[in-house]
Amino acid sequence: MVSFNILIAVCLAYVVFLFGIAFYADRRAAQGRLNWLRSPLVYTLSLSIYCTAWTFYGAVGNAARSGLEYVTIYLGPTLVMVGWWWLLRRLVRIGRAQRITSIADLISSRFGKSNLLGVLVTLLAVVGTTPYIALQLQSVTLSFSVFSRDMSAGFAQADLASTALWVAIGLTLFTVLFGTRNLDANERHHGVVTAIAFEAIVKLVALLSVGAFVVWGIAEGPADILARIDASPIAAWEIRPGRWAALIFLSAAAFLCLPRMFQVMVVENADERNLAMAGWAFPLYLMLMSLFVLPIAVVGLDLMPRGSNPDLFVLTLPLSQGKDGLALLSFLGGFSSATSMVIVAAIALSTMVSNHIVMPVWLSMRPPGATVSGDLRRVVLTARRVSITVVVGLGYAYYRFSGGGAALASIGLISFVGVAQVLPVLLGGLFWRRATRIAAAAGLITGFSVWLYTLFLPSIAGGGVLSVAIMQNGLFGFEVLRPQGLFGTSGLDPVVHAIVWSMLLNFLVFFVVSLFTFPNPVERLQGVQFVNVFEHSQGPRGWTSGGAGADDLLVMSQRILGAQQARQLFENEAKAQGKIDHLPDSSPAFLERLERELAGSVGSATAHAMIGQIAEGASVSVQDLMAVADEAAEIMEYSNQLEAKSAELGRTARQLSEANEKLTRLSVQKDAFLSQISHELRTPMTSIRAFSEILRDMDMLEPHDQHRYASIIHDETLRLTRLLDDLLDLSVLENGQVALNCETVVLSDVLDRSAAAALVSVFGDGSETTFEIIRNRNQEDLQLITDGDRLSQVFINLISNARKYCTAAQPVLSISVAVMGQNVAIDFSDNGEGIPSHQQPLVFEKFARLTDHARAGGAGLGLAICREIMNNLGGTVGYLPGESGTAFRVTVPLKPPAT
Amino acid sequence: MGKTVLLIEDEPNIVEAIRFLLARDGWRVETHGRGDTALEAVQKHQPDLIVLDVMLPKRSGFDILRDLRASQATRDLPVMMLTARGQTKDRELAEQYGVSRFMTKPFSNTDMIAAVRELAEA
Repeated sequence: MVSFNILIAVCLAYVVFLFGIAFYADRRAAQGRLNWLRSPLVYTLSLSIYCTAWTFYGAVGNAARSGLEYVTIYLGPTLVMVGWWWLLRRLVRIGRAQRITSIADLISSRFGKSNLLGVLVTLLAVVGTTPYIALQLQSVTLSFSVFSRDMSAGFAQADLASTALWVAIGLTLFTVLFGTRNLDANERHHGVVTAIAFEAIVKLVALLSVGAFVVWGIAEGPADILARIDASPIAAWEIRPGRWAALIFLSAAAFLCLPRMFQVMVVENADERNLAMAGWAFPLYLMLMSLFVLPIAVVGLDLMPRGSNPDLFVLTLPLSQGKDGLALLSFLGGFSSATSMVIVAAIALSTMVSNHIVMPVWLSMRPPGATVSGDLRRVVLTARRVSITVVVGLGYAYYRFSGGGAALASIGLISFVGVAQVLPVLLGGLFWRRATRIAAAAGLITGFSVWLYTLFLPSIAGGGVLSVAIMQNGLFGFEVLRPQGLFGTSGLDPVVHAIVWSMLLNFLVFFVVSLFTFPNPVERLQGVQFVNVFEHSQGPRGWTSGGAGADDLLVMSQRILGAQQARQLFENEAKAQGKIDHLPDSSPAFLERLERELAGSVGSATAHAMIGQIAEGASVSVQDLMAVADEAAEIMEYSNQLEAKSAELGRTARQLSEANEKLTRLSVQKDAFLSQISHELRTPMTSIRAFSEILRDMDMLEPHDQHRYASIIHDETLRLTRLLDDLLDLSVLENGQVALNCETVVLSDVLDRSAAAALVSVFGDGSETTFEIIRNRNQEDLQLITDGDRLSQVFINLISNARKYCTAAQPVLSISVAVMGQNVAIDFSDNGEGIPSHQQPLVFEKFARLTDHARAGGAGLGLAICREIMNNLGGTVGYLPGESGTAFRVTVPLKPPAT
Repeated sequence: MGKTVLLIEDEPNIVEAIRFLLARDGWRVETHGRGDTALEAVQKHQPDLIVLDVMLPKRSGFDILRDLRASQATRDLPVMMLTARGQTKDRELAEQYGVSRFMTKPFSNTDMIAAVRELAEA
């Protein structure tokens, strides 16, 4: 029997040895001698933290309880490694390109550096991992208790709890020492990884040794074991396809999403080519780990007393056979499984907690405007150390308060389902550019809530979190909300039920919300870089010399750093390299330095990609990368430009169509005008020609007729002359070529002259007496500076029109005058019928005679001429509606407008 | 005694000239000065020939011609149109409506008399 003291001593020696390995590896890394530390073998072995105490001890227990089901836990990761290696490669590439530090960082980065998502994933990871850490502590404690069982005084029950405490303290110490020795930008921990790789070997050797002992030491070889398996109740276990599929899916998802797996697989991975070996070696490792699970379980069930815990067969079987050394090795294997998991999980979680929760809080608590000084590193390290302590402390607390009674495997599964909630967002983020931040948060919260309600809370229902009533009748008494029978899906295995509903709702919410929300520019940019990571990033290698032209680098740097600063940087480097030239050699050291300089301006990922483009000639052009980096700004600008363009186009189209209408109108007007001119000219000419031919050809005309016909010819000639005068006048006025003769005039004088002329002009002799003009001479006593003759021409036109067209029996024209600001308004209104409203707009058009031409005598140009005159005088003339008869208003400025 | 010609024209001096010319040539000349009541004048005077101006107050000569051609009684009545606008599209429109003769103002007196005689004999 191994004495407890020896156990403790071996344990301590083992721990000291691990410290030594970690210390040695860290020192080598610090010296830059990384060769085997970065080897694919170490990487593959480090992945074995997937096999925790749960698999080391629990797999046998699981096999004893549920037959082959334990295989699912190994099948998931195997499928991922074999079938989804491209997904892993993408993850690793993104991790490198984006300097990703944790899975929370990955999700937050992908969705526009959203800290909300970072916090969400961190909380999810902490909640999902805490029971798992508790599980490891429990397994270590249990394994101690196995050895202490037969000891009398040395190890009391109370010491079990203190064992867990001491283990927790030891693990915290180790993790703090090697996990936060320094702050590496890449978050790599060579010491820890090396120690873990060593522990992986111990685990495997321990389990294989126990297995070999069981097969060849207890049983009589493989044939006997197979016979025993056939005879045991395990052979009777049936494979339940639904549960198997769910569990395989779950372990695959967890393999991708577990924070500790992400830590070793992506963050600690220095070279994505490591995946090539891991792709076959890790499945092989898993296979070896599972090889003897069934034999141990079968033999354990055979040999061990009924009621002994099958979870501990790996330990108790050798002990019962008196193989103390083997038991000790087995104990160390279990110890290794537990400690490596806790250490890596604590590192991963502490990175997340400190980066997404502690640091943002700390930064926001600082007085605004305070600059971040050099002590930031110490703050970060302290935050990490506190986080590690808190994480392990939480695990310990969970272990203490949960009582440590539940079977190991079930806690593991519950944790897996919780952590797997990150999967939809992770995959969506990697492959779907359209996925949005809000959708990711919504999906995560949905999945997490469903998990809490259907699996996590019921698992501690005994603690009274969910009452029996809720478990049986659903929340608020709704049957559809029963935690283990959502929407009537009763009869399902609780774990399968939780997987199906949480993943389904999680995915649906994520998908649907993505469709209805829009990524902001940063999200869009990150989305492009994540989804197209293979076009936009370099392989994982460092820079090699010679590939890059220094002048290309300079051109690019000048665009980013500014011409002066870039040139300075290059000249300094050239000087340091001892070159006379201004351009340095593009050595790897210089490339790295340049990358750091550029990263300060454009961010590390972009800087890395840009240099990669020039140094290694990737398929993507600098322009493309810049376009990616500028996408956000461009999108904004583009949409602004588009808006402006479309507004401008609209304006131009409107102007064009207006111009077109105007031209069409002008063309129609021109035709009509020519037609009218023709008519107005030909009509008098017709009379002239007809009568002149009559006078010429007929001899026997009466003298009275002769005289009459000659008079007609004379009148028609005058009419023609008047028409030509009007046309010329109109043409001059329309072209603005009129010479105005402005002088000071008195309005009443102008009206006197106009009235006299108008009364004469219509019938030539002014004999008609019934036409009356009413004026108010007090109003008219106004001095204007204007062209009096032109103004008079307008007045004459209006007065004679009134006289010609007023239909009243006793025609009366009232002329009233009013000063309106800088203008004088002169209204001419008669007592006739007025002009119908539909014809009012026409009266100022050329040839717009509304009545028979015969009566009018004019060619219909009078008002058109009036309008042109008033335009030239800076005033207006218009029809004045609303009067009883026909009314026109003339407005004239008191002084001519300044030109 | 002579045949009747109806002259639909609003310009008094032109009416006087044509009346003089046709009366001397043996026609009985009736006149009408508006477009809107021209068809009633045709009904009233039952002319053997019509001389029709295009630009008439209230109604255009084209409309009057169209109505004349649409009515059974006046379908074949000779109509000579006079226009002062002198555009080819007016002539085309008049021919389309079935004018017998189209003449542009100003016209030669001999042409006018010859044309009316020709129409009357046809």
